Amino acid sequence: MDIVGLANYAVFMAILVGIYALLALGLNIQWGFSGLFNAGIAGFFAIGAYTSAILTSLPASGRVGGFELPMVLGLLAAMAVAALIAWPIGKICLRFRSDYLAIATIGVAEIIRLVVRTEDWLTGGVRGITGIPRPFGDLPYMESQMAYLAIVAVLLLAAYLLVERQLKAPWGRMMRAIRDNENAAAAMGKRVADRRLQAFVFGSALMGLAGALFVHFNRSVTPEAIDPMIATFLIWIMLILGGSGNNRGAILGAAVIWVIWSVSELLTDRLPTEIAIQAKYVRVFIIGLTLQLVLRFRPEGILPERQHGGGTAPPRA
Amino acid sequence: MLELDGLVKAFGGFHAVDGCSLRVNKGEILGLIGPNGAGKTTLFNLIAGALQPTSGTIRFLGEDVTHLPTDALFHKGLVRTFQIPHEFHRLTALENLMMVPPRQPGESLFANWLAWGKVRRAEEEVHRKAEDTLAFLELGHVAHERAGNLSGGQKKLLELGRTMMTDAQLVLLDEPAAGVNRTLLRKLEEKILILNRERGYTFILIEHDMEMIEKLCDPVVCMAEGKVLIQGDFHTVRSDTRVLEAYLGETASAIERNEAEHDPRVEDMREQELPREDL
Repeated sequence: MDIVGLANYAVFMAILVGIYALLALGLNIQWGFSGLFNAGIAGFFAIGAYTSAILTSLPASGRVGGFELPMVLGLLAAMAVAALIAWPIGKICLRFRSDYLAIATIGVAEIIRLVVRTEDWLTGGVRGITGIPRPFGDLPYMESQMAYLAIVAVLLLAAYLLVERQLKAPWGRMMRAIRDNENAAAAMGKRVADRRLQAFVFGSALMGLAGALFVHFNRSVTPEAIDPMIATFLIWIMLILGGSGNNRGAILGAAVIWVIWSVSELLTDRLPTEIAIQAKYVRVFIIGLTLQLVLRFRPEGILPERQHGGGTAPPRA
Repeated sequence: MLELDGLVKAFGGFHAVDGCSLRVNKGEILGLIGPNGAGKTTLFNLIAGALQPTSGTIRFLGEDVTHLPTDALFHKGLVRTFQIPHEFHRLTALENLMMVPPRQPGESLFANWLAWGKVRRAEEEVHRKAEDTLAFLELGHVAHERAGNLSGGQKKLLELGRTMMTDAQLVLLDEPAAGVNRTLLRKLEEKILILNRERGYTFILIEHDMEMIEKLCDPVVCMAEGKVLIQGDFHTVRSDTRVLEAYLGETASAIERNEAEHDPRVEDMREQELPREDL
């Protein structure tokens, strides 16, 4: 592979890292700060993806949509719809203990996936939606990729700053307290159920944004894109490895895991076909082994949760 | 201040609290004693709203609060601690206290963006109060330590500290002395007395440490099998035969006897009242 090809590949990988980092940030709000076991990340990713796709794509016969709205509106709507759908789901499921919440959210994500596959009039069924605009898509390949990377990077930075500030604020302290001990938090007057719902909706909106960025990058979306292996479990591994409860850790975890994941794909694709099949699960094995090693030697992830004990007040003498 | 009337809590067929009536007056430190399984902690959970009673009523400050949830009761000034320390283990000691004050503006999802100045001023205030509280409890040196790393006794003090971060009226302390060493225990007693006298806190105290009960509590209430057995001053309750029976009687399980063995006061009672071979 020549230098240009390598650079292209690096930019391509960086864009995806940015998108997955947004998912990991969303999960960090839910799990890292609030202790909510969302095992249906792929569902909220899909909602964001299809919302923006329907609103911004070119008209096509046989399904609603094709409103050709600008991408900015698509992104905002993706967040709003993901949040709106997360609200009733959270309202019902957050009453469960965390392990039951995980089962419920897996179920919800599966329902969303089946709806996407079968409701042709809305989502185009298995053929999916094409003709989704991509900003700066008319530029030459490399410039177009760089421009998209810039968009993703700016949105990721904005999301990071937003989440980080919210975490450092009393809101974040309260959420971490609820996570550590919900009974004690309730005894200290905190409305645990309402606060969890806030965190669930907030995190889901970020996941919706990631989904929208994903479809505009690919210019199309099919149900294949909503693979729970990647959009749910890989995100969990990113967060745990990077450091749950730490926003920089979430982003770092996304980068590390995605680089391992895609470079290993690059390598296994070059193997002879006889062993290429086995190589597929070796990749999953490598990810699992990485996670095991990190948890063994750094149980709180590469970047552990930081203490915010100082608050904003200066220390007194 | 607090009136319990015919309170019952049934778990299936088992009545953990079985028709319990009790009055607590303002300014009292009421000691709640009784053998293990007497229903003391269940009673606390009912008062604090963590459990809903099967029947009976709870009135607090003249208001029926029987069906209010825990968080609403906290806002009315009823604060509890837990038998097993419920610290927020990944927060620092300081953060454990700073999260307590109710209605902090920064707890709103949007105030951090729309009213930053207000949030910051409130934070400074809360921070100062938390530091003062830690200093009062002599925990200043562990302010930035994760609460999960503190010792058992320090966690107990931290629990007491949380009750000081709000305008509490009635504080429920569930075995504040359990697992606390002697030196720390004296400190804890002293803090409770100061809070009672200077801040006007009313306390209900579950405790097995009779020395602490004797020093702090009047009246003392003994519970057994979900009911109030007797109420009175420490010496009346201590020398009442029903209390001795509840602790050491025929129905007491081996575990309760073990418990009694560790308790010097009950050991005293046993030596005075019962022939050794009965045990």
